[in-house]
Amino acid sequence: MQALTNRAQAVNRKPMTIMEKLYLPSIAKGMGITFSHIFKKQPTIQYPEEKRPFSPVFRGLHVLNRDEEGRERCTACGLCAVACPAEAITMEAAERLPGEENLYREEKYAARYEINMLRCIFCGLCEEACPKDAIYLSETFAPANFARKGFIYGKDDLLIPDPTKDPAGFAAAKGEGQ
Amino acid sequence: MLTQDQHIKLPEGSIETQTTTLNVGPTHPATHGVFQNIMELDGERIVSTEQTVGYIHRAFEKLAERRPLYQITPLTDRLNYCSSPINNMGWHLTCEKLLGVKTPKRVDYLRVIIMELARISDHLICNSIVGVDTGAYTGFLYVMQYRELIYEIYEEVCGSRLTTNIGRIGGFERNFNNTAFTKLEKFLKEYPKVLKEFENLFSRNRIFMERTQGGGAISAERALNYGFTGPNLRAAGVDYDVRVHAPYSSYEDFEFTVPVGTTGDNYDRFLVRNAEMWQSLSIIEQAYQKIQSFTGAEAEVYHADVPEYYLPKKEDVYTKMEALIWHFKIIMGEVDMPKGEVYQSVEGGNGELGFYLISDGGRTPFRLHFRRPCFIYYQAYPELVTGSMLSDAIVTMSSLNLIAGELDA
Ligand code: SF4
Ligand code: SF4
Repeated sequence: MQALTNRAQAVNRKPMTIMEKLYLPSIAKGMGITFSHIFKKQPTIQYPEEKRPFSPVFRGLHVLNRDEEGRERCTACGLCAVACPAEAITMEAAERLPGEENLYREEKYAARYEINMLRCIFCGLCEEACPKDAIYLSETFAPANFARKGFIYGKDDLLIPDPTKDPAGFAAAKGEGQ
Repeated sequence: MLTQDQHIKLPEGSIETQTTTLNVGPTHPATHGVFQNIMELDGERIVSTEQTVGYIHRAFEKLAERRPLYQITPLTDRLNYCSSPINNMGWHLTCEKLLGVKTPKRVDYLRVIIMELARISDHLICNSIVGVDTGAYTGFLYVMQYRELIYEIYEEVCGSRLTTNIGRIGGFERNFNNTAFTKLEKFLKEYPKVLKEFENLFSRNRIFMERTQGGGAISAERALNYGFTGPNLRAAGVDYDVRVHAPYSSYEDFEFTVPVGTTGDNYDRFLVRNAEMWQSLSIIEQAYQKIQSFTGAEAEVYHADVPEYYLPKKEDVYTKMEALIWHFKIIMGEVDMPKGEVYQSVEGGNGELGFYLISDGGRTPFRLHFRRPCFIYYQAYPELVTGSMLSDAIVTMSSLNLIAGELDA
């Protein structure tokens, strides 16, 4: 085969030396490496008692955001559902009635909002698509449930705590005070 | 075959002359993925084998025909999932070629860092699994910690570890933060020692050498006839590397050599991959130096200035009408692409990963084809293992670095 580039560099494939054929020195060397690892710091993390730090942009289970007054931010524009490559998001929009201004930030809101966590591939495109700062991927992961139905998260599962009723929960969900 | 003094005399035509049919896979603990092989065995020796494809076929090429470009990136994650960032970048480069987007140098270098990290993690898992299959589990455990570190670097940039969906058309979704660079520095500092130790455990070990030398060998000519690329072709002695022959993402700015083997057997493939990890490491170092040399506004660039395809900043979307309109247009896939046909390939973890994209000017590709190297290697698998022992066939499968997700797409 003629060379295609001038960068080729043959790998070192020399035949075994007598020492290597004897094999016993190799055993000693291998054992030496193994033993030296006994004294090294353990890299294992004892999950779930102990958790490793996540990056601030980790893509876990979703949350629906509220503003400081506890109003839902989502306006049911549907962009997240359009962006979702796994077609995991469904929603039904409704119009805000007079007197509901303390519940919903915009005039239109999602009466029903569901994410099928079994379809979701945690790509984060919904978060990127949202023009209203309403949906985020949190640090929670590894959900467990008894039936498939339980993995269809509705608004009750997704919405973060209301700051007017549970300020501590709200702050925790926002990733503050950690 | 019967000898005179054998105690049990079996009738003519019984197991002495019969072969056994063995189904290896589709879900076999030794095959590391969904592969089926129907093997004819004479004792432990393989007389013939026939491979099956399609057990995890997910019709990605068809799915891509009704998705806008940015939604195809998560599909490419699931090709060779040991090095998803390379697939992601390859896809972005394809789109950029079609759309005529030119990326700034800093973006290119950041991409090179991510791609070479992905190559290291890919080779690392392949070589350590070859170790596991030859009966040496320890090496695998020691190196996994550093694959973990690579995954953490991905996580800092894109938020995920395995199915990364990293980068966007024109650049990255966000700038690298300081943690990412600190982790990269830690990797550059500690990894050489680990790789050296890994080589110490394997490269000159007699059992390992004898298990892998001569097994699954392929000549350069046969390899070329099949269409081999990547480390598997280089192990056979052909110095073909996409990074050198058709440089993308500014690979022409880097100094590196192309390690080649001579016989194309399992041992050569192992050595070539190890040598490539050293080269990748040096490329990352060079790229990191180049990145540090940027100053001023240039040091903050992480995407090209293409408002038609790259999403505007979130703050602008919340407050400015113009940005909001672009945001809606891009997300809804309403920016039509130009008509045309492009082919872009990248040096993937295990070979030349190509994307052939035909656009008829709509919002989605008219046709998209992935050139998956694994699919090609798997065609050669019967030729490589016929006549060898079953246990060596398993080693050959690992050392070809067959990944089921890429094989079936
Ligand atoms: S993370 Fe991705 S797959 Fe999951 S709901 Fe959001 S867009 Fe859909
Ligand atoms: S979560 Fe965001 S993108 Fe989805 S419907 Fe609500 S406002 Fe629109």
